[in-house]
Amino acid sequence: MDVLMPQLGETVSSGKIISWFKKVGDKVAPGEDLFEIETDKTSMEVPATVSGTLAEIRVGDGIEAPVGAVVAIIRDEGAMAAPRHELAQGVEPLTRLDPFNEVRTPRGNYGPARLASGICVTPLARRLAREYGVDLAAIAGSGPRDRIVKADIERARSLVAEVPAPAATQSGGYTETPLTNIRKIIAQRLTEAKQTIPHFYLTTDVAIDKLLALRTEINSSLAAQKIDAKISVNDFAIRGVAIALRQVPAVNATFTATAIRQYRDVDVSVAVATNDGLITPIIRRADTKTLLQVSTEMKSLVARARDGKLRPEEFQGGGFSISNLGMYGVKQFQAVINPPQACILAIGAGERRAVARGEILGVATLMTCTLSVDHRVVDGALGGRFLQAFKASLEDPISLLV
Amino acid sequence: MAELTYRDAVTRGIAQEMARDEDVVFLGEDIAKAGGVFKTTVGLLEQFGPRRVRDTPISEQAIMGAAMGAAMTGLKPIAEIMFSDFFAVCFDYIANEFSKSRYMSNGQVRCPLVVRTANGAGVRFGAQHSQSVENWAMMIPGLKVVAPSTPEDVIGLMAAAVRDPDPVIFFEHKGLYPAKGEVPDGEIVDTLGTAKIVRPGKDTTILALAMMVPRALAAAETLKTEAGIDCEVIDVRSLVPLDTKTILGSVARTNRVFTVEENPRLCGWGAELVSIIADEAFYDLDGPPVRITTPHVPLPAADTLEDIVLPNEARIVETVRRGLGA
Repeated sequence: MDVLMPQLGETVSSGKIISWFKKVGDKVAPGEDLFEIETDKTSMEVPATVSGTLAEIRVGDGIEAPVGAVVAIIRDEGAMAAPRHELAQGVEPLTRLDPFNEVRTPRGNYGPARLASGICVTPLARRLAREYGVDLAAIAGSGPRDRIVKADIERARSLVAEVPAPAATQSGGYTETPLTNIRKIIAQRLTEAKQTIPHFYLTTDVAIDKLLALRTEINSSLAAQKIDAKISVNDFAIRGVAIALRQVPAVNATFTATAIRQYRDVDVSVAVATNDGLITPIIRRADTKTLLQVSTEMKSLVARARDGKLRPEEFQGGGFSISNLGMYGVKQFQAVINPPQACILAIGAGERRAVARGEILGVATLMTCTLSVDHRVVDGALGGRFLQAFKASLEDPISLLV
Repeated sequence: MAELTYRDAVTRGIAQEMARDEDVVFLGEDIAKAGGVFKTTVGLLEQFGPRRVRDTPISEQAIMGAAMGAAMTGLKPIAEIMFSDFFAVCFDYIANEFSKSRYMSNGQVRCPLVVRTANGAGVRFGAQHSQSVENWAMMIPGLKVVAPSTPEDVIGLMAAAVRDPDPVIFFEHKGLYPAKGEVPDGEIVDTLGTAKIVRPGKDTTILALAMMVPRALAAAETLKTEAGIDCEVIDVRSLVPLDTKTILGSVARTNRVFTVEENPRLCGWGAELVSIIADEAFYDLDGPPVRITTPHVPLPAADTLEDIVLPNEARIVETVRRGLGA
């Protein structure tokens, strides 16, 4: 039983205990004075209302406490009449009521209920269309008022799946592999990108001799420290892009119908080839990460991309992409922009080439990089400045370490 | 296994619990000597004696008050309100008193009581003795609400209701009293808050309660043979707590849902279920949820009119066919 600071008058908010008449361990009975209190208006003795043992004093002599505060505890010693049939205390209901009935509203959204054509789509049909990669605009509805329902999605899906089977057995001239969802999405997005984005291309050669020397040094240092990691040229390129994006942030942007959206974070997407197709996992805030962090993270992303185990937030988003075909000996190429981003950097192989140094011919390792640019967002001069910043950071690779 | 009527199942359910626990007492109008106006309690007075089986004056408030007092002081009363329509004359106890005692006493005073009552239409008793008022009980925080549709469920849910430490409103359907069903021997104890899939199917879910369950099942058979529509029929059984797991799971499989409700349309129990489904299972729905209910009218006493207003097999078949476009 809690002993509370009593309310002594309507406007009184606290009371001060002047002294205790009982001490811890004393037996108390109803009516016996426990302590004396004083307020700004009066002072009085406070009696116990139950019998038992004073087990604890929480507010001692001379201390003020708000009305209603627990000032002491009296341990019950069977003074309260035991309820007959032990009044339901502690009985658990067989079935618990769930008074707040937590509602689990779906978090996803599967697009509008009405298509541009005016045709309606049921919620389930919208979800299934997204899951199967069925284009709603391309199918007819069989529900009331031509509504697209589940059956229509299933039909569209089965048609897609059925086509290749006869083709593969008939002619013998070719085989067909049914489109996977990821392949369909790649096809759709890249077609859209190439058809709707006014691309232009800027190419530069980056000398990477210093970078390669530094890389060798770092990797032997890592090996000496028994750190299981190896920095790749690609890791340097990711860092270089991140630093260049920080210097020329206008490139880290997207074209929307009403505005140019410039991203605050430097999130770099890196194209990774998998058996199913291309995917672009993201190194988030790459400008804040060390080479080793970038390298470790990239290794894990690539491994999980190949196993199809990336979480959506690991490949959706990003402000700028890198595609590197250097490992295949590709000298130079032009990548298709990864919408809604504005730029993608295509990196070729490092190659020993003859270069003119003043009047003398020398040899350097050059890597040809081509930036594909969305002209709606980034103009030539801005793209050039970005490429210049990228080239400068890779050619002075120490800058990538700090 | 024995075949039992729903009416006799009520007697057996009460007897099972009274024999098990001598704190269980039973009171109501004409329930002792007369054996109940619906003959649902025949023999209980003889078996358990006048101390535990008590006739009361014709005062629903007195019955509820006595049951509440008994429950607060340690007994486990079962109280009968002869017609559920009469909840209206003792609604203070139901809505304000025993449903709130546990909450207002901080758990110190519980009311482990069962109010059983004859609910529903179909037996020509007119506007004041035929209503389905399960939604009245469902809307009161602090009550649990069940409405069995088979003799076996009557016994099992009665046991669960009596053993639950909170007040449970137990709706028997007076139109089902003569219905027969197989009942296992021995003690039967069910669980509150559980629905039952009484007919599995893949094309649509039909949610039904009490007398609407056999009608939904009959409609499901007709839909299967005449239209090839395979309905999953769920006996909701317990409105509070509600078995949303079973219901939402079914909707996720069939993608369509119909409710069959005897209560009048406005604020019927199905409205609440449909709201939960629309919210939680939105992207499982391939068409609008549809409610089949009694219209918002006082129930007529004339047999032809009463038959028209209650959802029946033909109306269920017609509505489901139209809804599924078949």
